[in-house]
Amino acid sequence: MRGFAALIDSLIYTRSRNAKLAAISAYLRDTPDPDRGWALAALTDSIDFPAVKSSTIRNLAGTRIDPELFRLSRHHVGDTAETVALIWPEAEDRQLSDPTVDEAVQALSAATRATAPDIVASLLDGLDSNSRYALLKLAVGGMRVGVSARLAKTAFAQAFDVPLDDVEELWHALDPPYAALFRWAEEGGKRPDLSTTPFFRPFMLSHPFEGDSLDLGEYAVEWKWDGIRVEAVHLGGETRLYSRGGDDISAAFPDVVEAFDRDGVIDGELLVRGTDQGGEAASFNALQKRLGRKTVSKKMRQEFPAFVRVYDLLMDGEKDLRLLPWHERRQRLEAFVPKLNPDHFDLSAVIDVDDFAALETMRAGARDAAIEGVMLKRRESLYLAGRVTGHWYKWKRDPLNADCVMMYAQRGNGRRASFYSDYTFGCWTEDGELLPVGKAYSGFTDEELKWLDRFVRENTLNRFGPVREVKKSLVLEVAFDLIHESKRHKSGLAMRFPRIHRIRKDKPAEEADRITTLRGMIS
Amino acid sequence: MAKAKHWIEPHPQGIYVRPADIWIDPSSPKQHAVVTHGHADHARGGHGDVWATPETLAIMGLRYGTEAGTPVGYGEGFERGGVRFSLHSAGHVLGSAQVLMEYEGERVVVTGDFKRRPDPTCAPFEPVPCDIFITEATFGLPVFKHPPIEGEIAKIFARLEAEPDHCLLIGAYALGKAQRVIAELRAAGWDKPIYLHGAQVKMCALYEELGVSLGELRLVMDTPKEEMRGQIIICPPSALIDKWSRRLPSPVTAMASGWMRVRGRARQRGVEIPLVISDHADWDELTGTIRELAPKETWITHGSEDGLLRWCELHQIKAKALAMIGREDGDDG
Repeated sequence: MRGFAALIDSLIYTRSRNAKLAAISAYLRDTPDPDRGWALAALTDSIDFPAVKSSTIRNLAGTRIDPELFRLSRHHVGDTAETVALIWPEAEDRQLSDPTVDEAVQALSAATRATAPDIVASLLDGLDSNSRYALLKLAVGGMRVGVSARLAKTAFAQAFDVPLDDVEELWHALDPPYAALFRWAEEGGKRPDLSTTPFFRPFMLSHPFEGDSLDLGEYAVEWKWDGIRVEAVHLGGETRLYSRGGDDISAAFPDVVEAFDRDGVIDGELLVRGTDQGGEAASFNALQKRLGRKTVSKKMRQEFPAFVRVYDLLMDGEKDLRLLPWHERRQRLEAFVPKLNPDHFDLSAVIDVDDFAALETMRAGARDAAIEGVMLKRRESLYLAGRVTGHWYKWKRDPLNADCVMMYAQRGNGRRASFYSDYTFGCWTEDGELLPVGKAYSGFTDEELKWLDRFVRENTLNRFGPVREVKKSLVLEVAFDLIHESKRHKSGLAMRFPRIHRIRKDKPAEEADRITTLRGMIS
Repeated sequence: MAKAKHWIEPHPQGIYVRPADIWIDPSSPKQHAVVTHGHADHARGGHGDVWATPETLAIMGLRYGTEAGTPVGYGEGFERGGVRFSLHSAGHVLGSAQVLMEYEGERVVVTGDFKRRPDPTCAPFEPVPCDIFITEATFGLPVFKHPPIEGEIAKIFARLEAEPDHCLLIGAYALGKAQRVIAELRAAGWDKPIYLHGAQVKMCALYEELGVSLGELRLVMDTPKEEMRGQIIICPPSALIDKWSRRLPSPVTAMASGWMRVRGRARQRGVEIPLVISDHADWDELTGTIRELAPKETWITHGSEDGLLRWCELHQIKAKALAMIGREDGDDG
């Protein structure tokens, strides 16, 4: 438990991605099975002990310490598990123990609602404060140590020097403590057999298109839809919906999951149907209302019906198509999609365009809210995991631009902790008032960041905690992909992917754009 | 008949000793003041007559350039208005004192700030029997238990060994904490120069002058960047994320404070190595001291008074909280 506790704390106290990767990799290499597997499951929230809830440990603390002192302490610390870990009384004659993570997991798994308090208490009695914290976080979940599933997988791949794509693929097919995964990675053994298990297959990704032209005989063209990339899997009688990172998002989209009833694996864009647009795809903004929800109400399902616009077919029944060229997969896809419920699945059309010049015109003219640009796919491309060069390109439509005035600045994180690197900027109303329209923390060079930081420090009007209000004198040319209506800002506008394009030291603040101009850019 | 007012009166701006017309640690300028120690929330400039230990007077002189007051050593005292005052070591920082007052057969102790742990830079806490014990409660919650300092110092060495290309930047309050950390580093065998932020220099020099040796200290400003790789640097907590820290070679940030016991506090500060090192009594020291002295009444000046008050209630100890202002749970934890 002490090794696991040290890992948790080192993850808590570092913000550097590389340091987190190094800490997890070292732990995975140095720790025996099954402890390392349980640790991995705990970090990625893939383990649950239904009998142990936050209320279990809160009530338990009440048996050892005055409830009023606990309440005051909890209020100060802000986290129940940490409060219990810090406050747990240590008997003077106690024997410190260091159980393995596996022993703790076994004990917690065996707990029922009735026995959980005694089981947790007897574990806590033998542990030091940091181990108590790790145990309680393991028991109730929600580590919040800044480790995404993707980061954990990357650390695994680094630890054993195996391809990340393989880890991605195998990970989702196996259950904690992932013994087969470690065996394969460490000893180079045979890959576990996965033919009929529903699991996530890593996506094929694209590169930005930066050339002047492309032979459209060699490359097929599709719209790039602005939703979220998903993979729907129906195999062995089970259905799953996975996001880009391989997270299971089935619970948020039961309408889509229920409708996918044919054996196979599809790759597509999850979109929400806009009622005011004749049933076509609505903006990303509409989709956001359904993202990140644990459960979804009937009303939600009706107001924001979700569907998948299908790009590719990875498995047709139990047959893996990934090593077939794109045009062959496309043929099978065109036969597959019509068999699905049309309310929730349609085919992403291949655009018929004569030549590259015509495509450029078409791309520039596309201002549909759900279109982000075009995709160029080599007709002979196999379905290869990750970002492989030369096969798929994304060609986003040109960004929009606006001249805005810096209003507030905030300190960054990690390497940027000493810099004011996050900027809120605004545009003018007709009455000459400046209202915020967005916030950006990228797009500038290190040199520009130094200059901006100095500007903020020398032009501070007010301080609100980590935020500084600055003199409204600096014009920032901001680039963004889209702009849409939003109730979040007083201006009624919100930008998608805003970044600082240029610092306009030459331009007086009065000449920055007006809100009406930005409103005109809403597609 | 209404109960007569006690001869010691708690006010938001300090403790007033009426028969002697003297304030203890007043937060605004007064004619007569006893000052327990040099931290800014206890020692202010601008008083008329000041009684304090010679060390505290020297620290106040450095900070405020104040005119000299009357030095009172540990165990020494004076009398005024029928009240016998004496100062006793509090173990908080160099020169820190508790104030014992005896009047009409009643003994009252004001702790100022105190701790019970050994500290190489100051005299240890002296338990003074009394009827009324007026105590601080900065860490008056049972979550606050300061671990042994050796383990905290070891974290610094472990990190320097693991990442020799970095330097280790420790945020520590300029009076007391910085010198204690330096002295503990020396005690643990670190004999290389220790590098200082400009704001730490004068107080360290004063400590040396008063007989606390800190080894070789150098100024960051005068040192080439590369020389500081693998070295230890001490700065005020506010400088940890300040522009100033950009001149250092890949600093790993640490902070020495009792508040570092709580993970969220350390994260808020962006601290990579929390060092739970405090110059205040932790929960066990607070409650243990009350038990040891067994006063008739305990009055609580500042900190988490709710927690300590609740503990007194549970143990049937007569206690009350005094509402004091200007005592903040700042960086001197």
